[in-house]
Amino acid sequence: MTEEKGKIKSGLLNSEIRVVNIGLTRFADDLMSQGIEVVQVDWTPPARGNPRLADLLSKLTD
Amino acid sequence: MTLSLQQQIFSANKEALQRLLEADPVLVDVVSAGEAIPDLNDHMILHAGPPIDWNEMCGPMRGAIAGVAVYEGWAKNLKQAENLASKGAFELHPNHHFSAVGPMTGLTTRSQPVLVVENRKFSNRAFCTINEGLGKVMRFGGNDDSVLLRLAWLRDILGPALSKALKAESGILLKPLIARGLTMGDEMHQRNVGCSSLIIRELAPRLAKKVSNNDHLAEIFAFLGNNDQFFLNIAMATGKAIMDPLHNIHASTIVTAMSRNGTEFGIRVSGLGNQWFTAPVEMPQGLYFPGFTATDANPDMGDSTIVETVGLGGFAMAAAPAVAGFVGAGTASEAANTSRLMAEITLAQNPAWTMPSLDFKGVPTGIDIRLVVETAIAPMINTGIAHKEPGVGQVGAGVVRAPLECFEKALEAFADKVGVK
Repeated sequence: MTEEKGKIKSGLLNSEIRVVNIGLTRFADDLMSQGIEVVQVDWTPPARGNPRLADLLSKLTD
Repeated sequence: MTLSLQQQIFSANKEALQRLLEADPVLVDVVSAGEAIPDLNDHMILHAGPPIDWNEMCGPMRGAIAGVAVYEGWAKNLKQAENLASKGAFELHPNHHFSAVGPMTGLTTRSQPVLVVENRKFSNRAFCTINEGLGKVMRFGGNDDSVLLRLAWLRDILGPALSKALKAESGILLKPLIARGLTMGDEMHQRNVGCSSLIIRELAPRLAKKVSNNDHLAEIFAFLGNNDQFFLNIAMATGKAIMDPLHNIHASTIVTAMSRNGTEFGIRVSGLGNQWFTAPVEMPQGLYFPGFTATDANPDMGDSTIVETVGLGGFAMAAAPAVAGFVGAGTASEAANTSRLMAEITLAQNPAWTMPSLDFKGVPTGIDIRLVVETAIAPMINTGIAHKEPGVGQVGAGVVRAPLECFEKALEAFADKVGVK
């Protein structure tokens, strides 16, 4: 991406799309069904998104 | 110098892991449970899993209790035994409170012979009953005459023979034997073909020397040779003997026991003493023997998860691609991924127990409650599946995950103990 005369010119849509998807697989599935290569990263919020447990973990872990 | 809380946890877990990796389990004897566990009184029954009352017990557990009461001579028949049990005539306790473990229903009573595994590094002993074989057996809730006759044969013929054979020479070293089993496709929970064969090679010459009755010897070899799971109970006593010295290390977050009673799943954690953290047990997902379906299945049950606790079973799935198919856990590559996934929730690899298909990486060991809660990756367990009605027996095999709720409760309790709000 470059900035030219105050406008942002993006090459994103003019080049081959390479995707890394983090978390929900639905986004990756949709792209893969269109033949787009996707690297899926398994990720979930810490402690299933429970803020109380996540807070405890932050205090019990380096 | 005062250590920070995080440093205290690190040091405690380091100590726990050292004890785990330095363990030296040896099969030394077979004795009656009453001799092994002096506090195991008459009319007292040890069972699998966390504490549970008769009223909360599942069908197979009740069926096994009725059967063992007849076997011990506490009741004339199954009906009378159930009646006595419902009135509280039997004292019920978890095996884990007595240095013992038992598969599935896991019942241990005074006259049953138990395998004795000694951890020579720490001089502690752990006990497990002898595996009864497949089909209709007490550990799956079986309780008819064939089941009780087999229990009597284990008590009167096999148990004393194994005792003499083991006492005749030094014990059988289990750490190297399990290492060989892992290279032969065993994971020590649902596949024990390699280790069962290896232990028979050790026992056969000793038995031949010590058992003079050829008919008994032939029966013993036929029983051992026909039971691919004979080693499971030895592996379980091994796991218990290894994990007990890790218990009660202040500030350690490592899981020292996972177990289920057919109603609840429970875990114990090194730094949290003897408290159990429980959640409703889950239903295994697996494959069923011909004529049975998931509607016949009982929820997850047994102390056998001690093998996962020590890094075997589902954690060593990569070593046992054949079992992945048997329990319905997918392909060989998926089996390898299971072991990799379990490495996400453990603190170490055991260099003594390696998996060839993962370039001889050690099995993942030392489950940390913090990692389980953070990642929400539940321990994977390979297991047998019992029929939900008493007296039927095994109907399949599968995999089941430990409920995350147990680990979340333990984390809350740990934080409370160390003063973290």
